[in-house]
Amino acid sequence: MNPTRVLRHAAMELRMLLRNGEQLLLAFAIPLGLLLGGLAWGPGLGLDPRVFPASVVAVATWSTAFTSLAVATGFERRYGVLERLVATPLTRADLIAGKSLAATTLVAIQATLLALVAVACGWRPVWTAAGALSAVLATVLAIAAFAGLGLLLAGTLKAEVTLALANLVYLAGLALGGLIVDQPPWLPTAALGTALRAASEGALAPLALLILAAWAAALTLIARKVFRWTS
Amino acid sequence: MAVGVAAYADPVIPSYALELDGVTVSLGGRRVLDALSWTAATDEVTALLGPNGAGKTTTLRCLTGMLRPDAGRVRVLGGPPGGANERLGLMPQSVGAWSAVRPGELLRYLAGLYPDPVPVDELVEALALGPLLNRPYRRLSGGEQQAVNLAGALVGRPDLVLLDEPTSGMDPHARRRTWEVIAGLRGRGVSVLLTTHDMNEAARLADRVWIMDAGRVTISGTVAELTAEASLEDVFLRHTGGAV
Repeated sequence: MNPTRVLRHAAMELRMLLRNGEQLLLAFAIPLGLLLGGLAWGPGLGLDPRVFPASVVAVATWSTAFTSLAVATGFERRYGVLERLVATPLTRADLIAGKSLAATTLVAIQATLLALVAVACGWRPVWTAAGALSAVLATVLAIAAFAGLGLLLAGTLKAEVTLALANLVYLAGLALGGLIVDQPPWLPTAALGTALRAASEGALAPLALLILAAWAAALTLIARKVFRWTS
Repeated sequence: MAVGVAAYADPVIPSYALELDGVTVSLGGRRVLDALSWTAATDEVTALLGPNGAGKTTTLRCLTGMLRPDAGRVRVLGGPPGGANERLGLMPQSVGAWSAVRPGELLRYLAGLYPDPVPVDELVEALALGPLLNRPYRRLSGGEQQAVNLAGALVGRPDLVLLDEPTSGMDPHARRRTWEVIAGLRGRGVSVLLTTHDMNEAARLADRVWIMDAGRVTISGTVAELTAEASLEDVFLRHTGGAV
């Protein structure tokens, strides 16, 4: 792997993501709207404002690492971008690393922005070293798992089908996946929500971390096995 | 219609930029390449012609390592596909770029992937891309996109360039410019593989022509050899499935 090429590719991926209006909506508008709406009206709906911003960070991670990545990669595959890049010195490993780095950077920007807005609105998370470490670990594992799922769709289906399915799965994850409301952490979305909510109270959620690690390993392995570079 | 291979004798054994030997590829249960064998000599322009569905794009995908043949051997610049990408330039047949990318930023990005790139400004001037540099790729015409793709194939200062229908959609001015660039590549010792449906383009640019049909080579030779008794288009029609 060539670090310079990985960085160059990550920068390009990030520019392309941020230039797309739909991706901006997914990355910033929806999570920010959800955060502000949830902080204002969530308590009336039974949402705990002490952990709600952590749930929104989980939603933002889900939207970037799964939906945005799946849709962008589906169209890169359809438009022959991947085919062209594979014939350059950028190796497949460089390309995947660049994509992952771009997604991770965007999640970091989203999480920072959401946390700042939440703090400005009165959120006061409990900061412990273990909690912070757990949050970072959970987010990295979730990015790997969600990206694996996104690449699984994008690398096997037509771009339009990927677009439709990725948005459908995004909404299903948002409504039923345990990102916002506590659920047993068997799904990666629920495991991330559980881990981040626990971390925002300074606690660890070891089972959620273990489940996320298992999902990350399984989904990335499957994606690697079935991903097709041309459509 | 299957047609026998009628290769002309080659008096000199050149070193090859590309070698395919018995390459077979099946996709979705259909045999797309059927024991395909041909070579492209170093420092020459080689044209690979064939009707739609003959297997040209599949062949290019084998050359770039995107597809692994079920059988046979592929050598690119003396090594396996994907092993010499710093010396390879690819111009894809369609699109090949992010829809929102601007040509200037795409070319700078691609240049940054290679150890010794051509200055982007030189390519911009040679291919008259100046007015396009800040326009999103999706807003370019097909011919303009092809010109940007050609620049992208050349920006790494390649020893071998694969051009998949390089002038499709170009206006006559852009086509002439592209022909000059391709002729200039040969003059500088760059090996070029060209696929095209334009027989005039192949006849004008190529040193050697391979015509394939249904995944096999049906005839090959220099342009002079192939056109000794008929036009290249007649030879093409006679040796491909649409023969009349």
